[in-house]
Amino acid sequence: MQLSQRHQEYWNKNLVMTTVLMVIWVFVTFVIGYYARDVFSFNFFGWPFAFWIGAQGGLAIYVVLIGVYAWYMGKLDREYDVAEGDE
Amino acid sequence: MATQTKSQVQAAFFQTLKKAYSFYTGGFVAFVILLAIAEQMGLPRKWIGYIFLFATVGLYAGIGILSRTADIAEYYVAGRRVPAFFNGMATGADWMSAASFIGMAGTLYLTGYFGLAFVLGWTGGYCLVALFLAPYLRKFGQFTIPDFLGARYGGHIPRFVGILAAILCSFTYVVAQIYGVGLVTTRLVDVPFEVGVFLGLGGILVCSFLGGMRAVTWTQVAQYIVLIVAYMIPVIWLSVKHTGVPIPHVVYGKVLEKVTAREAELIKDPKELEVRKIFAERSAAAKEKLKDVPKAYQADKAAATNRLADLKAQNAPSEQIKAAEGAIPASVDAAKAAYARDAGLAARSGPPLRHAEAFPGKDDQARDINRKNFLALILCLMVGTAALPHILMRYYTTPSVKEARQSVTWSLFFIFLLYFTAPALAVLAKFDVYTLLVGSEFSKLPAWVAAWQKVDATLLSITDINKDGIVQLAEIVIGGDIIVLATPEIAGLPYVISGLVAAGGLAAALSTADGLLLTIANALSHDLYYKMIDPHASTQKRVTISKVLLLVVALIAAWVASQKPADILFLVSAAFSLAAAGFFPALTLGIFWKRANKWGATLGMLAGVGITFYYMAMTQPWLRRVFGVQSSIADNTWWDINPISAGIFGIPLGFVVIIVVSLLTAAPDKETQELVDHVRYPHLRGDIDTQAT
Repeated sequence: MQLSQRHQEYWNKNLVMTTVLMVIWVFVTFVIGYYARDVFSFNFFGWPFAFWIGAQGGLAIYVVLIGVYAWYMGKLDREYDVAEGDE
Repeated sequence: MATQTKSQVQAAFFQTLKKAYSFYTGGFVAFVILLAIAEQMGLPRKWIGYIFLFATVGLYAGIGILSRTADIAEYYVAGRRVPAFFNGMATGADWMSAASFIGMAGTLYLTGYFGLAFVLGWTGGYCLVALFLAPYLRKFGQFTIPDFLGARYGGHIPRFVGILAAILCSFTYVVAQIYGVGLVTTRLVDVPFEVGVFLGLGGILVCSFLGGMRAVTWTQVAQYIVLIVAYMIPVIWLSVKHTGVPIPHVVYGKVLEKVTAREAELIKDPKELEVRKIFAERSAAAKEKLKDVPKAYQADKAAATNRLADLKAQNAPSEQIKAAEGAIPASVDAAKAAYARDAGLAARSGPPLRHAEAFPGKDDQARDINRKNFLALILCLMVGTAALPHILMRYYTTPSVKEARQSVTWSLFFIFLLYFTAPALAVLAKFDVYTLLVGSEFSKLPAWVAAWQKVDATLLSITDINKDGIVQLAEIVIGGDIIVLATPEIAGLPYVISGLVAAGGLAAALSTADGLLLTIANALSHDLYYKMIDPHASTQKRVTISKVLLLVVALIAAWVASQKPADILFLVSAAFSLAAAGFFPALTLGIFWKRANKWGATLGMLAGVGITFYYMAMTQPWLRRVFGVQSSIADNTWWDINPISAGIFGIPLGFVVIIVVSLLTAAPDKETQELVDHVRYPHLRGDIDTQAT
């Protein structure tokens, strides 16, 4: 079937959101990991910061990222009339 | 009832489930409390083990039998009505294997910061699942992962490559799980390992044989509850003991500071230095002897014989004479093995690892290699997580795309509960060992030390190397698995908690084994038999064939596990790199790039798996022996990457090959392009329906 302009817009918004979340994901995982010895080695309530991110903070951020995506896409589905109905 | 909408039915179903599992959780806690009381009243330990084994496995069997089905959609995808919350729990149990439950905290104990690669990799991968795969696969809505490859890329070839890749990574993984089941069963009820494997196999089959995905789903939820309760109780107890706070996650930063301070003392402690020097000397002497084994053997034999004669002449006590008799090398081969073992003591002559230090190394280059491998391992584990078929399959079982997205959030939340506890447990256990065990007298060692030394010397062994009667850190050898298994005893908890922990480990291994077995059996019965060999088979026949194949695959896997294959841990990690390189590029490009076509995907999957496997075969000691690779490891490594992270080469190559080959060959037809649009939108008015029923 032919997709409308609105459909294209929905997909583009999805791609933008996906990219934003992936940038955060890369930062938390790989940028903090790469500079774990220098920039991110400061003391954070007893933990070296990079250690804390690897053991707790990063994991919590991952949960939040996925939660935000699920919430945002649910909203987008309704806004663009592509939500699943009650058949 | 006909007026009820789908969402009302779903809501009622959710309430029923909530009630059933709340009741179940309460019942389980009451059961543990009753056992604890029985223990105080004198119930022997052996009985506690038996009761735990048969009660939990009996429970799973009950759920498995209640969930029996011959309906094809129920058998393959649990009728697609598993609510997001419960699918999250089931995925958590599916995901967390014996290695996560028993091994993770130990790995963190032994490797410090580096071990966090596993914690990060095995959780962060769910971001990829949520953003790139789960909702789209749910919309596609068939039964297996090769199904998607077959439909998206057209024809049997991509499907067949998918089947091979799915079996390759799932089979190595399931062997490791059955091995874990055997170990835990052996520990719980004291039977030989082979018997334990086949006892455990019974436990696996009762969950999946009669009811397929439906039975596996509901037993996995039950298993998740057991495993998370079992993991948390000892850690919380240990935390209260050390810090007075029952939430270890909040406070172990302070304990980590104390551990770091203690490490600094132990690194320069004169007694520790003395022990490490003895190891270095022994190792150097053994290396010298290895240069001419027959000569060293003759010399050692003569010296030992002389000493024995001296002792006898002096009328020394009989145990001294016995020890001297034992010290005479039996043969040249025995002597050679002993020298090689002693040469390996060099590993114990170094200072202890600093737990919190990122990328330790003797110079900048070593630290750099360490960091490179840390980041590469995280990437491979993450992408591998997002490509393992037994996990992706779970997202076919939710009622809608929306619930599939929510379900990934719940999955990661439930996994997070265990994974952010493991680093805390590692630090708390380390603190106990460094402060209580190190520096104590050999004559006053706690009872659990002797008990575990007897069970398995690779898990724990303490010997007075410098004969000062005091335990030095360098005199302790610890195997990773003991951290979780012995925590209840270290914390001084009753034996019933040790039984609970073993039952938790069993639940973790059983649930993962079931998910994997189902993946393999479905790939064979649904994709290979039904889709490629006999498309006209009746649904009845398809379900029957699935059940028979499940049994056959389970027996083969149990047989392999009972042979105790070498390097089982490496095989598991290898499964991640292989899955990452094989599936991830083809699946994501199939959704996000309409131009990707059959030849691109087929060659991309083959190239990704091929180069990953090639790199492992060239650089991993065990595979090198299998394939008879002669050239040196150093010549074969690329940028110092460890074989476990071989996917770091396979993933990009997979993407590049798919893109280049697709652009060189014809674009996919209109129908395929419409399929891509179809999976991108949860609901399009007037659209095709790809859902299999």
